[in-house]
Amino acid sequence: MNARDVVLAKIRRSLRVTGEEVARNATVDDRLRRAPVGVIPARGRPAPVKRIALFIKMAEAVSASVARVADTDELPAAVAGYLRSHNLPAALRMGSDPLLAGLDWTGTQVEVSHGAAGVNDAVGLSRAFAGVAETGTLMLASGPDNPTTVNFLPETHIVVLATSDVVGCSEDGWERLRAIFGKGVMPRTVNMVTGPSRSGDIEQTLLLGAHGPRRLHIIVVG
Amino acid sequence: MDITSPAFKTNASRAIGDARLQAALVYTRAGFQEKRLGAVTALPEFDALRESARDIKDHTLAHLDLYLEAYEEKVREAGGEVHYAETAQEARDLILAICRQAGAKTVTKGKSMVAEEIGLNEHLEANGIVPIETDLGEYIIQLRHEAPSHIIAPAIHLTKEDVEGDFRRAHTDLPSGRNLSEPASLLDEARAVLRRKFAEAEVGITGANFLVAETGTSVIVTNEGNGDLTQMLPKVHIVLATIEKITPTLEDVSQILRVLSRSATGQEMTAYTTFSTGPRRGEDPDGPDEYHVVILDNGRSAMIGSEFQDMLRCIRCGACMNHCPVYQVVGGHAYGWVYPGPMGAVLTPTLIGVDKAGHLPNASSFCGRCESVCPMMIPLPKMMRHWREREFERHLSPTTYRTGLGLWAYFAKRPRLYRWATRLVARALGNLGGRKGRFRRLPLAGGWTRHRDLPAPEGQTFQEMWAERRRP
Repeated sequence: MNARDVVLAKIRRSLRVTGEEVARNATVDDRLRRAPVGVIPARGRPAPVKRIALFIKMAEAVSASVARVADTDELPAAVAGYLRSHNLPAALRMGSDPLLAGLDWTGTQVEVSHGAAGVNDAVGLSRAFAGVAETGTLMLASGPDNPTTVNFLPETHIVVLATSDVVGCSEDGWERLRAIFGKGVMPRTVNMVTGPSRSGDIEQTLLLGAHGPRRLHIIVVG
Repeated sequence: MDITSPAFKTNASRAIGDARLQAALVYTRAGFQEKRLGAVTALPEFDALRESARDIKDHTLAHLDLYLEAYEEKVREAGGEVHYAETAQEARDLILAICRQAGAKTVTKGKSMVAEEIGLNEHLEANGIVPIETDLGEYIIQLRHEAPSHIIAPAIHLTKEDVEGDFRRAHTDLPSGRNLSEPASLLDEARAVLRRKFAEAEVGITGANFLVAETGTSVIVTNEGNGDLTQMLPKVHIVLATIEKITPTLEDVSQILRVLSRSATGQEMTAYTTFSTGPRRGEDPDGPDEYHVVILDNGRSAMIGSEFQDMLRCIRCGACMNHCPVYQVVGGHAYGWVYPGPMGAVLTPTLIGVDKAGHLPNASSFCGRCESVCPMMIPLPKMMRHWREREFERHLSPTTYRTGLGLWAYFAKRPRLYRWATRLVARALGNLGGRKGRFRRLPLAGGWTRHRDLPAPEGQTFQEMWAERRRP
C-alpha cells in the first residue's frame, strides 16, 4: 500500500467505516454542493444604505485609508492626488483589469506600467471583486487583470472598489466569486486583505509595514 | 529538534529564575488577553460562532476520509499534486525530493508549526539546502537556533534588546553604527534583508490553516505578508499540512475565521487571508509553476475515535496558552518541544509518547481557563486528566506519587475512617501551624514548600463545613 492508502485506511479504521457507506457519501456530496451558510453576525448583514459606510468605518479601523469618488473618470486625479499628498513616486504598476485599463491618465503625470509587480515597483493599483463591510476586507482574485504580486511587493497598494461590489459578509463574497469563476473553481489566488501588512512579533508592539505594503489606500467608486 | 519535555520540572525552575524571560512574558499577559476580550465583547454572536465552528470540525472529522478524497480530486483538477505522508520522516523525504527536483539551493518558508513538528529545517540543512524563515518571529529564532516558544508569536520570549543583539551578529554587512533601538527599526531591517531572499529562493514552503475540500484550496492566515511572498515568487510552492486541516467549504472557512483571529490576536480579521489553488494558470503573469500539497498524518488518525479526538478540532490560535497561569510563568520552551501550553500538554504526549511528555498534562492548575477561551470548545482539562490516568495505568508516575495516591484511596473508600482521619489531621496541622497559620517546611510537602508557604488548615474539614451548610 502507498502512503495515501495507508493513511485513509487508518482513518477509516478509527472511524469504523469502509468509505462505501451510501449515507455518508450523500451527506458529504450534499454539503459540498450546497455549501450551507452558518451563523452570520448581525454586523455582516447591514441594511444596503449602511453597507458602504460600514465598510469604510471597518477598513479605517484597521489602518487603511479610504477615499470616495463619484465616477471612474475621477480615479486618475484621485490616485495622483493621493500619491502627491504622501510624497510618493508618480509611477504605478497594474494589471489589465478592464475598469482600470480604461482610465485616462493624461494630465496626471502618473506613469503607468502593466503586468506583474517586481521589487522595484513602489505603488500598485488593483481592483477588488468584493469589499466585505463586516470587517473592511477587500477580496482580490489573481490573474492577468490583477496580478497577485501587485498586492504585496509595492510599499503602497491602492485598491479600487465599486460601491456595487460592497457586500455584507465574506459569504456574499464567495457567491460573487462563484458567479465569476463557477462553482468549485478558483483562480490561483484569492487574497482577503484587511488593512496594510503588520507584525507584533517584537514585544507585542504592533507595527505596520512588515513584508507586504506599508500603506493600503482604498478608493470607493460610485 | 531535541526533546526536553522529560526535563519539564528543571526547565520550569530555570524559566522562573530567568529575569529576562520573565520581563518578556509580561507582554503575553497584558497584550493577548485584553485584545482577545475586546474583540470577543464586540461580537455578540461569538459564542454561537464557537458552537458553529465546533460543529463544522466534528462533522468534518466524522467524514474525514471522504472529504480528503474530495479535496485531492479538486487539487488535481486545478493542476496541483497531493502527496501523503504517514510519518514525519516520510514528509521530510517527500519535501526534500521536491526541492531537489526543483534544483533548490535556498528555500523560503512561511510560518508552519507542522514544519517544526517534523524538524524540516534540520533535514533540509543536513542535505545541503538552506531554509530561510521569513515570518519575523521565526526569522529571529532561526538566527538564534531556537525553537518557537509560542505557536503564533514564536519569539515572544525575547525582548527587543535580544533581537537587536541577534541582528547585529547576523547582518554583519550593514553599518555597525546603525540605530536598532526600536522595534520599528528592527522590522525595517528584517524586511530589507528578507526581500532579497524571497527573490532568490527556488522553492517556497508554507503551512495551511485550512484545506478546502470544495475547491482544493489551501488557506493561510497571516499578518506580515511573508507567507504570500513565499508562495508567489519561487517556481515551486509546497504546502505542508496535517489531515485535520480539511474543511468542507469556503463558507465553513468563513465561519471558523470569525473565531480564529479574534481568539489569537484579538483582530477581527488578520491582514491577509490567502486562498491558493493549484499553480499559476496559463495566462497568469505571476505565481508558482508547481503546486504540491504534502498531507501528513503523524499519529493523528489514531486520535480519531479516541478520548483525544476533540483535540483535532484545534485551529492553533494560542488562546489556551495566552490564558494559562502555568504558561504565563514558565514560557513555551519549558514544555520541551514544539507545542506548549495546554494544547501542547494534550497534543505532545500523543505525538512523542506519554513516557516522554508525562509531565506536561501534570503541569496544570486545572483552573479551566483554557477550555473557557478555546474557540473550538476543546475540553483540554478533561483530556489532561485522561493522560494522567494513562500515565498511572502504565506505571509511569513516580513511586511516592503512586504510594500517596494508594494511601489516599484506602481512606477515601472508607468514608467513616476518612472523616475521622481528616478531622484529626486538620486539627493537628491547625495547631502545629501556630499563630502564623503557615508552614515554611513540612515533611512530604517539600515540592510545595520549596517555593512557597503551605497554609495550615483552619478549624473544620471541608466535609464538616459542607454538612453544616446543608443543614436548614
